[in-house]
Amino acid sequence: MEEIASLMHGFSVAATPFNLLLMVTGIILGVIIGVLPGLGGANGVAILLPLTFTMPPTSAIIMLSCIYWGALFGGAITSILFNIPGEPWSVATTFDGHPMARQGRADEALTAAFTSSFVGALVAVIMITFLAPLVAKFALKFGPAEFFAVFFLTFASFVGMSRGSPMKVVASMSLGFILGAIGLDQMTGTLRLTFGFTELLNGFDFLIAVIGLFGIGEILSSIEDGLKFQGAHAKLRLGAVFTTWGKLAKLWMTSVRSCLVGCWMGITPGGATPASFMSYGLAKRFSRNGDNFGKGEIEGVVAPETAAHAAGTSALLPMITLGIPGSPTAAVLLGGLMIWGLQPGPMLFVEQKEFVWGLIASMYLGNIVGLIIVLTCVPLFAAILRVPFSIIAPIILVVCAIGAYTVNNAMFDVWMMLVFGIVGYLFNRLDYPLAPLVLAIVLGDKAEEGFRQALLGSQGGLGVFFSNWLVGSIMMLGLVLLFWPVFGWLKERLAGTPSSERAS
Amino acid sequence: MHESPSDDAPLLVSRRAVDIFVALVLLIIALVIGTESVSLGHGWMEGVGPAAGFFPFGISVLLGGASLINLINAVRNRDAESQEDFVTLTGLSRIMFVLLPLAAYIAATQFIGIYVASAIFIAGFMIAFGHNGILKSLLVGTAVPLVLFFMFERWFLVPLPKGPLEALLGY
Amino acid sequence: MRSFRSTTAALAGAAIASFTFLAPGTAQAWEPTKPVTFIIPAGTGGGADQMARFIQGVIAKHNLMSQPLVVLNKGGGAGAEGFLEVKKNAGDPHTIIITLSNLFTTPLATGVPFNWKEMTPVSMMALDQFVLWVNSSAKEKTAGEYIATVKAGDDKTMKMGGTGSKQEDQIITAALERVTAPKKFTYIPYKGGGEVATQLVGGHINSTVNNPIEAVSHWKSGALRPLCIFDGERSTYKEKVTADMAWSDIPTCKEAGVDVEYQMLRGIFMSPGVKPEETAYYVDLLKKVRETPDWKEFMEKGAFNQKSISGDEFKTWLDKAEKLHYDLMKEAGFLAPGK
Repeated sequence: MEEIASLMHGFSVAATPFNLLLMVTGIILGVIIGVLPGLGGANGVAILLPLTFTMPPTSAIIMLSCIYWGALFGGAITSILFNIPGEPWSVATTFDGHPMARQGRADEALTAAFTSSFVGALVAVIMITFLAPLVAKFALKFGPAEFFAVFFLTFASFVGMSRGSPMKVVASMSLGFILGAIGLDQMTGTLRLTFGFTELLNGFDFLIAVIGLFGIGEILSSIEDGLKFQGAHAKLRLGAVFTTWGKLAKLWMTSVRSCLVGCWMGITPGGATPASFMSYGLAKRFSRNGDNFGKGEIEGVVAPETAAHAAGTSALLPMITLGIPGSPTAAVLLGGLMIWGLQPGPMLFVEQKEFVWGLIASMYLGNIVGLIIVLTCVPLFAAILRVPFSIIAPIILVVCAIGAYTVNNAMFDVWMMLVFGIVGYLFNRLDYPLAPLVLAIVLGDKAEEGFRQALLGSQGGLGVFFSNWLVGSIMMLGLVLLFWPVFGWLKERLAGTPSSERAS
Repeated sequence: MHESPSDDAPLLVSRRAVDIFVALVLLIIALVIGTESVSLGHGWMEGVGPAAGFFPFGISVLLGGASLINLINAVRNRDAESQEDFVTLTGLSRIMFVLLPLAAYIAATQFIGIYVASAIFIAGFMIAFGHNGILKSLLVGTAVPLVLFFMFERWFLVPLPKGPLEALLGY
Repeated sequence: MRSFRSTTAALAGAAIASFTFLAPGTAQAWEPTKPVTFIIPAGTGGGADQMARFIQGVIAKHNLMSQPLVVLNKGGGAGAEGFLEVKKNAGDPHTIIITLSNLFTTPLATGVPFNWKEMTPVSMMALDQFVLWVNSSAKEKTAGEYIATVKAGDDKTMKMGGTGSKQEDQIITAALERVTAPKKFTYIPYKGGGEVATQLVGGHINSTVNNPIEAVSHWKSGALRPLCIFDGERSTYKEKVTADMAWSDIPTCKEAGVDVEYQMLRGIFMSPGVKPEETAYYVDLLKKVRETPDWKEFMEKGAFNQKSISGDEFKTWLDKAEKLHYDLMKEAGFLAPGK
């Protein structure tokens, strides 16, 4: 096959000692960036961009994309250890990853996260290798209505599964939507809900909310019970990596499903964050241990991590073939391409064969190198939990404050982080779920935008959401998932066993 | 779910009271956002499609409705769990021991820069709560901001708030 | 709270700056003494972002500055965030900002208290062109036919996609509506120019007024067709982009019978209240940037109009451009209450 020949040529371009060295450097930098909340892949790529002018474009893009991989890996570390997602797509990883760490199973959670990431990325790269032209055509089918349908599906697959009182779920999610709506309204170009405060121009960045709700809230909760982390007794088991792999092999169904979700969301391009949430939601629904999700179920780590990486990787595809960045990091990479004199877009595959295949080959190599590096560091990361609470807590707080500041370079955001921390503590105690709130902040404005663009285009006709097989089937799938609990209830009714309240 | 606070149990405020309070606050937020959305326009607008307030209005109705139900539930809830302390005095004082210094730290950042403030905060926290040795605390307290300084200012060139000390050193 | 910090930062900056002046040397010798922040009042990936990062790259590649240049996106509130930041850092010579049309449109449309006169103009780097694009499967081959289709069809059936709301793309659309009157477009705002071009390729909208650089790759691949360029005269780039067309082969909208002209400023500003020698440094720096071969290549790729001015000439140009935007936006009803 032509692709294999091109890929082999790509490997010969990518696998020089110099490029491998760049890969290792890139991965390590990326992991650091992923660990520090507030430093995103975009920062690292942007800062290093100027340095890369002295190298050939292929080497440069290899190093920059390795930063991207590293950041994807790194985001999982703080999510699992401290409940602080360094990147948006790691939020869903905290749901089960952090409880596992608290049970002293940090090494298991980390291994599961890294391995799943690798699997997700690998599947996505294979897809890019063989299906790129086909997939690019498919992405063109996505207009506003289709985008809205995808976001709707994400909410639907996630919302039905939240624990606790349904009204508290609704309240929490609505609050997230409102926070997401503050600032400039993209569709009318006017400010809304800012009440005249220039600090509110930007709205509430997801990262500030998450650092506060999850990170600070978690520290407040654990400090209330005494000055220690519950994961402090983390055992360091040398064979952890291999025993975890044994468990992962049994979860192949979850992996396959998550890969599909991730690739799909990466291409469309919904992105890594919705992919991770959707995948988590689906895993919980279809898992036999669904009720255990949120209490330290390894499947709850596998699902979001696999999907996030599959999506993050396939998101590079629209960038190469269409010239639309799937994420801020991809946007900066896009800028890099231009400086090297490469015009991203449909012609890149034709005009710059060597570059494109070098990049694809580096995705394979970068991921393998990355996996080896992070897996060897698992005991090191897990050992962080053995540092006494009185030392690690202030450091976490400082890093959180810096993270909140760097989002918009504003002190106001650091104060907001503190407020979110208190809200997070209160919500936790009162059983208001935090996940729907965060999901709504992340996706709310995008969903709203798609909805309004679609209605504007159809001059108000709701039929636009069912106007072709693509959007129609996504919407139907969303509706089915949304009302899944109702179906279950109906079934029980019809079977004659009145559903009494099950133990929650 | 929470262990019963038997030994340190002076009743401060019940779960029920806090539940009512939060539901009320959310209800007020819903009312404020709802009113503002109406003034933005919450229907169809010529040339714009659904107006700027269309979506927030719908959401505020949702939030208002949900909060109202939560409020009613919280008021009517008289079972044992709701009468429990929301937080024990010991727990609250522990939280305050973190929250207040954290607030002071954020406030101080604006005057003395984030690095100096971080050093003081980390060292102070270690001494006050961990009963760590002074030397060890100072060492960690200086080392962490130094590492962060090099990482952010030199490596990633992300400028963080700086105070007089940094200015003196030429930053 | 925020302003206190930045005031101290500004004072500190000013103190350092004035200290440098006491040192021996002429006024021309001013150089940055710490990393310079380069603000982009827009998100990542757009035209302004690309240009700013390109300038950063050129400066780094050719070693044009002794201090690093740090790029910072502050796109909140249609760029208001970035402008307010510069306005606040009065006297700070270590902050520069790239501007696009939102320099005029954002304060007019949102009412955010800001005007270009509250910053120090440095140089105009180039003017960005706008081209009327349709999908290559569309039956219209010229701008004239396109207008005829709009006029013949039902009101608001033509979907025009563009970047942002009440910004340049929608202003051009409003100007086009003068020609198509009484028929109007349905203008659909998207987040970025790349997305707009893709939506046109996918057939979700009927036309766009994308900048050349945003659509050129789809033009090359044969997915899009340019109808006319919104400039007074044709582009000067004669090298073939597709098999049979160069930028210079695209007729101006005026010669196609559509009397609409619009170009977008790509310029650099700095904080208010800086010293002339500080401004002179950046004027000189940017001149060096424009002289590099990389820049010339970049200009050609994006079919930019390489007009570049600074000083009083620039200020006069800005005055006129502001008036133009005010008039266009007033006519289209885009002004914020009280403007």
